[in-house]
Amino acid sequence: MAGSIYNWVDERVGLTEAIAFARHKRVPEHGQSFWYYWGGISLFLFLVQIFTGILLLVYYRPGAEAFESVRQITYVMHFGWLIRSAHSWSANLFIFSVIVHMFSVYFMKAYRRPREIGWLTGIGLLFLGALFGFSGYLLPMDELSYFATKVGLQIPASLPLLGPFTATILRGGPDVSEFTVQRFFALHVVILPLLFLPLLGLHLWMVQKHGNAMPPSELAKPESRRKSIPFFPNFFQKDLAMWLISLNVLALLASVFPWDLGKQADSLAPAPAGIHPEWYFMAPFHMLKILGNWFPGASGEVVGILLFTAGLVLWVFIPLYDAENKVGQRGRIAHYFGIFAVTALILTTALGYWGIR
Amino acid sequence: MSDLLIDNSKLIETDSTPTRRAFVAAAAAAGFCYAGALAYPIYRYLASPAEMAAEQVAVSEVTLKGAHAMPAGAVLMFKFGSSPAMLIHGADDSWVAFSAVCTHLGCTVQFEPQMNRIHCACHGGVYDPHTGKNISGPPPKPLTAYKVNVAVDGVVVSRV
Repeated sequence: MAGSIYNWVDERVGLTEAIAFARHKRVPEHGQSFWYYWGGISLFLFLVQIFTGILLLVYYRPGAEAFESVRQITYVMHFGWLIRSAHSWSANLFIFSVIVHMFSVYFMKAYRRPREIGWLTGIGLLFLGALFGFSGYLLPMDELSYFATKVGLQIPASLPLLGPFTATILRGGPDVSEFTVQRFFALHVVILPLLFLPLLGLHLWMVQKHGNAMPPSELAKPESRRKSIPFFPNFFQKDLAMWLISLNVLALLASVFPWDLGKQADSLAPAPAGIHPEWYFMAPFHMLKILGNWFPGASGEVVGILLFTAGLVLWVFIPLYDAENKVGQRGRIAHYFGIFAVTALILTTALGYWGIR
Repeated sequence: MSDLLIDNSKLIETDSTPTRRAFVAAAAAAGFCYAGALAYPIYRYLASPAEMAAEQVAVSEVTLKGAHAMPAGAVLMFKFGSSPAMLIHGADDSWVAFSAVCTHLGCTVQFEPQMNRIHCACHGGVYDPHTGKNISGPPPKPLTAYKVNVAVDGVVVSRV
């Protein structure tokens, strides 16, 4: 019976080809194999975001009632605090695991030919992830989210020419208001998912097509001494175990440290003390601040943004510079650039938190 | 006697060597507990409004502060639990209170003093404003009447 159903579907859909396609992928086994899990962990956390996000959508009301509806979710609806806490925690864990994933790809030189598209789509997904975080942060419309958005939108506003226009369009007016919440909501639940999902599809297809990249140390070994396991089912099982661990960590964080809801945003009230952006925006904010101090005056912020953007462009297009799988000058420079980037990120984040302490 | 022997041997076997079956059963039980721990909060979250409405239905008395000062011929709409209700101070100085939910299809009804009737705008149902009895139109039943108690500082409306 089961066999005949399988045959019926197989004849029409081509299950055998799909299974063969899944089986052809093998995952290298070596000292740095641990880093291969972080893409899968990120994917899992994204799935959690879809699931908890849909649950929040059941009660969330954007616009003027935004704060009231989040207050209701947090304090009135049964376990609403847990769903919201899981969504917020998972968002932060997602950004964290994506950053770990990016740096592991970078240092394993997994962006080299033929995996450039994987790297570029990954950067795109990180960028969209940051926009998800920025837009989602406003939705509760409490004091902290209100001022973080106000400040965050000052950055595009300070750019010449199109800057103020872009900021006004994003805000839906001269100031952050219920209209801002309404359009950030549309961005968060419709526009960003529409952009994210096809990009994610392409990203995963690239992973399936090219398989996991080996770090240079592994590539240097003769082929006979390299070890690997099939992706399906062996590595997939390990992936699932990692997902279960991630779920447990998330459940623990979300229930033991429930996400806070501040006071309702009040456009007449002064900003609360110690206001600061989310941790993953701390480094860019602080870099802009430092660069702004080096180039004082009205042009300071613009120079800061330009320098920061130049660094970002170098980072994004590293596969075009260091494309070949061989030991050499370019590979070494890329490596030092990576170490510089990690150091700069950690240092500016720490300095940022030191400043608001 | 023989039954007893078989039972004993089974007991001994499971006690000394945990079988594959026992392991699978334990794993399945743990899996169900895990899935249940995830599903329970999700279910309660989604069911919240329904549960809260059920709690409000349990309301048996509402105090309307200051309503005793209402002029004759006036109406006050209020919430009795989760559903709308009306308090009518009749022109003849009578006090009555009804559920304002039409018994036909659940629209909210309106007191019309000049017509001396309670009217449902949806399908033209008409009720008597003194008794709540359905007079004309589609409503199958009278409006639910509440007990009214006029006090010195307000009006207490309670279930009959």
